[in-house]
Amino acid sequence: MVDDKKQWKAWLYLSPVIILTLIFTVWPIINTLRIAFLDDYTLLEEVGGVKFSFGVQNFVKVVKYPGFKTCLLNTILLTVITVPISTMLALIIAVCLNSIKALNRLLQTIYFLPYVTNTIAIGLVFSTMFSMVGSGIGGENPIISTAGIINNIIEFFGGKAVNWVNMGSSYWANMFVMIVYIVWNALPFKILILLGGLQSVNKQYYEAAKVDGTSRFRTFWRITVPMLSPMLAYVIITGFIGGFKEYSSVVGVFGENMGPPGSENALNTMVGFINTNLMSGKPAEGRASAGALILFVIIFAVTMLNMYVSKKRVHY
Amino acid sequence: MKVVLQDITKIFPSRTKNGQEVVAVNKFNYEIPDGKLIGLLGPSGCGKSTTLYMICGLQKPSSGKIFFGDDDVTELSPENRGVGLVFQNYALYPHMTVKQNILFPLQNFKGKDKLTKTEMLERAYQAAKLVQIDELMNRKPNELSGGQQQRVAIARALVKMPRVLLLDEPLSNLDARLRLQTREEIKRIQRETGITTVFVTHDQEEAMSISDFIVVMKLGVVQQIGKPQDVYDNPVNLFVAKFLGTPPINVFKGRVENQKLIIGEDVVMDVKGVDDRNVSVGIRPEGFIYDKNGPLRCQLRSVEVMGRDVSVVSSNEASFNPQVRSIVDADNKIEADAEGCVRFSLKSHKVFIFDEETEERIYFELPVAKTVEPAAEESASEKAAKKAPAKKSTTTKKASAKKEPTIKTTTKKAPAKKTAEKADK
Repeated sequence: MVDDKKQWKAWLYLSPVIILTLIFTVWPIINTLRIAFLDDYTLLEEVGGVKFSFGVQNFVKVVKYPGFKTCLLNTILLTVITVPISTMLALIIAVCLNSIKALNRLLQTIYFLPYVTNTIAIGLVFSTMFSMVGSGIGGENPIISTAGIINNIIEFFGGKAVNWVNMGSSYWANMFVMIVYIVWNALPFKILILLGGLQSVNKQYYEAAKVDGTSRFRTFWRITVPMLSPMLAYVIITGFIGGFKEYSSVVGVFGENMGPPGSENALNTMVGFINTNLMSGKPAEGRASAGALILFVIIFAVTMLNMYVSKKRVHY
Repeated sequence: MKVVLQDITKIFPSRTKNGQEVVAVNKFNYEIPDGKLIGLLGPSGCGKSTTLYMICGLQKPSSGKIFFGDDDVTELSPENRGVGLVFQNYALYPHMTVKQNILFPLQNFKGKDKLTKTEMLERAYQAAKLVQIDELMNRKPNELSGGQQQRVAIARALVKMPRVLLLDEPLSNLDARLRLQTREEIKRIQRETGITTVFVTHDQEEAMSISDFIVVMKLGVVQQIGKPQDVYDNPVNLFVAKFLGTPPINVFKGRVENQKLIIGEDVVMDVKGVDDRNVSVGIRPEGFIYDKNGPLRCQLRSVEVMGRDVSVVSSNEASFNPQVRSIVDADNKIEADAEGCVRFSLKSHKVFIFDEETEERIYFELPVAKTVEPAAEESASEKAAKKAPAKKSTTTKKASAKKEPTIKTTTKKAPAKKTAEKADK
């Protein structure tokens, strides 16, 4: 217990954090909530002295907005597809990493590299790798710059080059590239967490299973997975939250147009939607705030669902 | 199922490049008789757990062979050996109920061994009943006490009807009271099932109390194998003597001159057939007889009453330990003499002498059956050969005549001339 007289000291030491939190976290949240319910709010007009009426006009406009459905669908699709894939891959890789001794450290480092690499840079690399035509097409030496490495590989095995990301590419081709990119990008963090979890599992469980002649498959499902369930729940929940906030990956691959040339915004996401509302054309802070609130409600609901499911499945 | 260990050796390579490799177990030879309970005993790091794991198959011996009955199992993996292993901290799967834990090994059976669900349940309940946990089948391990978890672990090991049951420090995680209870329980389960059982412990009391045979190990080398009482009565070296017994044996620096054993200045007893040399003398706490005219003088420190017995704490300059603890009959009135000394005479079969360097036992001829009247001896310290009776029930009235119990020493290494011989007087 802190002496009453000394409490001011504690408050003093805490004050920088508290003040910063109030300015940059608490107030924006409250303000977003306020703005979302002020019809057709914009900051300039408020400064100019315009009074806004209270209502749900922003939400109605957001939902009716033509790009909204695409953004919501894209976000949900990306999340629902990438989280299970990346979690399963991460689990397999973590188990493999944990069971080898040689090169363990080196491989851990390699797997962790995407985590510390710039998202936009990776996006550009992916975009180049998947591109149909090399950047130098029509240049002086078209032989060197024909196509991205993926199409080269496909053609090497006798396949036909696919238009992944260039003009005229199909939605699902774009989606496929995004899924590969997001899964790859999400792996390191998940591997790290799961590997940590694996290393803290008491080896005796495995020895006991071994003495009892348990098959590897059964050991994995009946011992490893339940033992890892707290970590699995953690990576799945954070994976869903991260998935719903997906934005920079799309920017990385497709640039700010959020889609291949010719079909802009085809791969826009919820965060991208909010951003577009804030930045482009007539600023619409009210609609952006409403969009943010909708996204928050979705993430909150999904997280609750996750928690509910994990209560039954997770053994702490 | 008898288990034969033939020259098994386990060498762990060194971690660093020029570090030394560790010989965890060195040429372990033993034929574990069928249906017996064997205690592997030794301080930590003596290789007892490694031995257990090698019998289990979790570790492969660097050299040597292991047989279960006539089958060479040295190269077999644990699941093909038919062993049940109980881990020190039980290793119960925390996310499964007791029932699921016990069923787990049965569900692994493949091919013709595969059991139906009813058969599995039947066997699980049978095993649970044996260890008396059939009431707790639907609990999770963390809802059980340590002792109950222990039983579940034993049931899980027994349910697949192993040829050999292995227990790694089975009692070390239990509190004192539970430990006593559980060790009886283990003994009972072992008797009922008749499964050859090997358990590892560093607690000599535990090993002595339930084992049919104990194996005392030190630094990977087997020191002595035998029935608990035999090993206690006839340790082959100072290490074994020190390791067994509570309170521990008292060790003195002594020497032998003219076949008499001398501790400090006191000539304490005859040691026939021993050449003059410096020795370490081990005297069991119960080997002392309180005797006003006894040859061994110790400075009295305190007397601890334990009811039936009295524990006399004293000190002696020749002792390796700061205090000498002797346990004598409570009928004695322990009093120090004018110099603050208590005097003891010694029971010769509770006195062991060891080579000062090698710490190996030096055997001497034990006097058998004799009558002695200590009161008659005036200067007892000169009469080194004070052989007193060992029976605790006999009140140690000095004048009363006593019978020396016949001492049977059956150590392999004991010298040939250990036959009955009249006492020196």
